[in-house]
Amino acid sequence: MYEILTNIFNSEIIAILIAAFLPLFLFILPFALFAVYLERKVSAFMQDRLGPMRTGPYGVLQTVADILKLIQKEDIINKDADKKLFNLAPVLVFAGSYAAFAAIPFTSIYIGTSADIGLFFILAISSLVVAGILMSGWASNNKYSLLGAMRSAAQIISYEIPTALVILSVVMITGTLSLNTMSEIQTAYFWNWTIFGGAEWGIQKILLIPFMIVAFVIFYISSLAEVNRTPFDIPEAESELVAGYHTEYSGMKFAIFFLAEYANMFAVSAIAASIFFGGYQSPFGYFGNLIGLEWLIPLEQLFWFTMKGLFFVFVQMWLRWTLPRLRVDQLMTVCWKYLIPYAFVNLIIIGLISLI
Amino acid sequence: MAVKKRAKDLNILEKLYIPEIVKGMTLTLKNMFRPRVTMEYPEQKFEPPASYRGRPVLVQEQDAGERCVACGLCSRVCPALAIEVQANETDREKERFPEKFEINMLRCIFCGFCEEVCPEEAIVMSKDYELVYTNREDAIYGKDKLLVPVEQLQDRIDYLRNFK
Repeated sequence: MYEILTNIFNSEIIAILIAAFLPLFLFILPFALFAVYLERKVSAFMQDRLGPMRTGPYGVLQTVADILKLIQKEDIINKDADKKLFNLAPVLVFAGSYAAFAAIPFTSIYIGTSADIGLFFILAISSLVVAGILMSGWASNNKYSLLGAMRSAAQIISYEIPTALVILSVVMITGTLSLNTMSEIQTAYFWNWTIFGGAEWGIQKILLIPFMIVAFVIFYISSLAEVNRTPFDIPEAESELVAGYHTEYSGMKFAIFFLAEYANMFAVSAIAASIFFGGYQSPFGYFGNLIGLEWLIPLEQLFWFTMKGLFFVFVQMWLRWTLPRLRVDQLMTVCWKYLIPYAFVNLIIIGLISLI
Repeated sequence: MAVKKRAKDLNILEKLYIPEIVKGMTLTLKNMFRPRVTMEYPEQKFEPPASYRGRPVLVQEQDAGERCVACGLCSRVCPALAIEVQANETDREKERFPEKFEINMLRCIFCGFCEEVCPEEAIVMSKDYELVYTNREDAIYGKDKLLVPVEQLQDRIDYLRNFK
């Protein structure tokens, strides 16, 4: 990717800038628009309603109209707020979730950074979001914001441990931290996916399957908590905390928080898909290979990657409109008393199996 | 502190939670494919059944004007004092008729007592539920708005004959 861009512009800096901004304009913004629409439709369908129907056919332009409304709104900063932190917080939150996209391989030819420590980078950079959220809660000078921010920080930091343990157990099998290599390993058909024990045949693969499924469930639960989705949405619990850490934000700053939330949703879904479900690899082999058109393969890969990501985003929405919210102590209990011990045991067992 | 015994302890699958969550998710997924009950109002309108009590109207015969004989029973029974009737006489066979018949729609509570008490089946509840006015004077419906041809009300009249 870099080489092509560097050749076109004769400058590495321009090439890097373009490669960095490409996913934002080509992917995250349209995705956020679509995801908000999808969320409203999914919730409506689950509750026997129609959802947005008025703006455009079947209401598809609803989120565009919402964004236009948010742009026009007055940017309010309350009197006692810490203005510098208040303005910096949404940027930091968005930067954290946007930077995670750098290490996610969309197709075999496009990845923001080809660094070999992709997963490590994602784990590290997504912790930056906590700083942004705490900042926004503190700077708002509002008890609800502060409570939401404190809850969010406690939650995200706690749930990073089972996530890291599960990722560690997967890394032990694949032997790489790069999501790109991880996707390459799970090539060809769906039985080569990591959740089905990886690409190598043998007794090891069959032994791994149940533990990989447990690993996936732990990963998915803790990733839900990391992006503050129901049933773990206590940082923005509407019925308790108004809107949590973004209570005081209005207009475009609120929109940035919203965008970061939806970008984060897709990021964790994409990571789940990349680690466990073959990343951009097609489950049934490539159509491009079949008819001998090589250039078709990256497009197919993009399609499969988006589909897998969207499926997990849909599951997140599905869970949101199925389950009620947990209490704060229950949330901590789930993490420290169940997920972390299970993740540890799973890690040890997978380690033992990989020795065979 | 004594440990409170539950009426029914959870079994191992229920303690795992995840199968129960999956059960809940299948329920919501099934709900996604059920037909919707929402109607998009201005385009799609609700057609009420015959038992629906919309705004009260006066029945108008094809040839002979209104059925009402201005007995004043509806006005008397109306709990909200919404109906005002003034009688007059003519030379025709049915000699009494209401010179003025007014229903104040701000007062009407749609109880249907006027329809129940009417000896001539002259005032019935219609299916009309779209009552909009922009000032108080418009809310007082005179004979011009109240008279509705009998064909449009046949549904309700049949219903009254069967069940009243």
